[in-house]
Amino acid sequence: MDIWNFLEYGAWALSVIFGAFLLIDLIRVDTTYDNDLLTSSREGEIEATQERHTI
Amino acid sequence: MANITNDAAKPERLQLLRVLGPAHVWALGVGIVLVGEYMGWNFAVGKGGMIAGLVACWVAGLLYTCVAMIDSEVTSTVAAAGGQYAQAKHIVGPLMAFNVGLFLVMAYTMLEAANAITVGFLLDTVAGMTGHSGLHQQPFIVLAIMFLAWLNYRGVLATLTFNLVIVAVAFTAICVLFFAIQFGASNVPLDFSAVTEEPLPYGWLGIVASLHFGLWYYLGIEGTCQAAEEVRSPARSLPYGTMAGIMTLLIAATLTWYMCSGLIPWEYLGQAGTPLFDAARVTGNVWLMVLLFIGTIFATLASANGCINDASRAWFSMGRDRYLPSWFGAVHPVYRTPYRSIVFLVPIALIFALGAPLDQVVTFSILSGLLGYTFMTFNMVMFRRKWPLDTIKRGYVHPFHPLPTIILLILCSSAFFAVFLGYGTQLIAMMCFYIIASLWFHFRRYQYVRRGDQFTMPWPRPQGY
Repeated sequence: MDIWNFLEYGAWALSVIFGAFLLIDLIRVDTTYDNDLLTSSREGEIEATQERHTI
Repeated sequence: MANITNDAAKPERLQLLRVLGPAHVWALGVGIVLVGEYMGWNFAVGKGGMIAGLVACWVAGLLYTCVAMIDSEVTSTVAAAGGQYAQAKHIVGPLMAFNVGLFLVMAYTMLEAANAITVGFLLDTVAGMTGHSGLHQQPFIVLAIMFLAWLNYRGVLATLTFNLVIVAVAFTAICVLFFAIQFGASNVPLDFSAVTEEPLPYGWLGIVASLHFGLWYYLGIEGTCQAAEEVRSPARSLPYGTMAGIMTLLIAATLTWYMCSGLIPWEYLGQAGTPLFDAARVTGNVWLMVLLFIGTIFATLASANGCINDASRAWFSMGRDRYLPSWFGAVHPVYRTPYRSIVFLVPIALIFALGAPLDQVVTFSILSGLLGYTFMTFNMVMFRRKWPLDTIKRGYVHPFHPLPTIILLILCSSAFFAVFLGYGTQLIAMMCFYIIASLWFHFRRYQYVRRGDQFTMPWPRPQGY
């Protein structure tokens, strides 16, 4: 066992931690908030209010 | 729950955060691309020699300058997440938009996988140099993807500020190597004798074949427009960031060719895995070696980071318009990122990174990118015809129209021919994939699209309609 072997195990451990955060937070958000709110983003909203196309 | 749009006239909405400036746009575009200076471009030299490598560098530079100019004009007007997908939706039509969205997601996800493979390869090289053989690359490949996905999940400002720092370091490393060589820090002098002794070892066909790999110098600069919905002033920031990005890349590409071709014999350079790092090793200066290794790792991470950002925005936009299941069109209530799209694309990137060879992954990425550039040509013509300059306000108007469009189309055709010479089977397989996907979209998916809601730009009616 040298430092590279420890780095390999460390990389696996960190990968699991990051992956677990992503999944747990995704599930938490999806079960806490209403799906209609989460998918309420609209493309034109910003454009219409802030970047009016006037010559 | 902070920052949720809510006023008396409108229902409560979650939007992506507008927090980015021109420097972040620059970091996004250059970040995706700069890894191409550190590796990959040099196969152009292997295909046609030193002169062919330089011709490929500048011809591809011309192609991408056209891309940057065209993209800057259209995206400063169609300032929406999804970039070229949103452009295609507003200017050409739904089927084109669906295909362009797929081009983007495939190009960026494949490039992300290629970058993760490269991280593993680089660490394996370093482990070998320290006497450790047989390093398992998989944990580092997985970690690179998981860490960057986590960073993207947590917010766009932190993600692209991180990119800004590491891209600046990687670009500075190239400049430092150049000046160090000029001021005598290298044990080996620059030698360009092969330019006169073997100018074109494989003739003019070598130049055509090398064009494929010349694209590596700049592939992905068009990704700047994916940030359109998250920059504070898209009409100003996107053209600034994109044009500054292509200028940075033209400088970096030319410096890279000059240093590597002068220090490394072209026969070796044409097959090198990490040409800039190898050039630093040739100088015999340990500090330059360390700096260029850091530059290589940073450039690779910056590219993967930008790719996750861009692929998720394109996927999110397609979900938001119901081109894909609407589940993907969700915004995180706290971090304000397209979190479901980010998470969904992680396993896809992992499958390609762990299960596919690097050259195949990169070729599919380049082919998807080329299809996207070809789309830009007629997209630009249709944009100017339907909405002439005096009908809608543009943040940037590109000069000499339609000359850049014509040049771009000619160069794209040449690049397709060059790719066909080396990867004809992959080209045909890719076309079949997009044809089948188009049939699925037309006959199955389009019924779910909210046809009226998807056209959101407050523009006048197009001319001729």
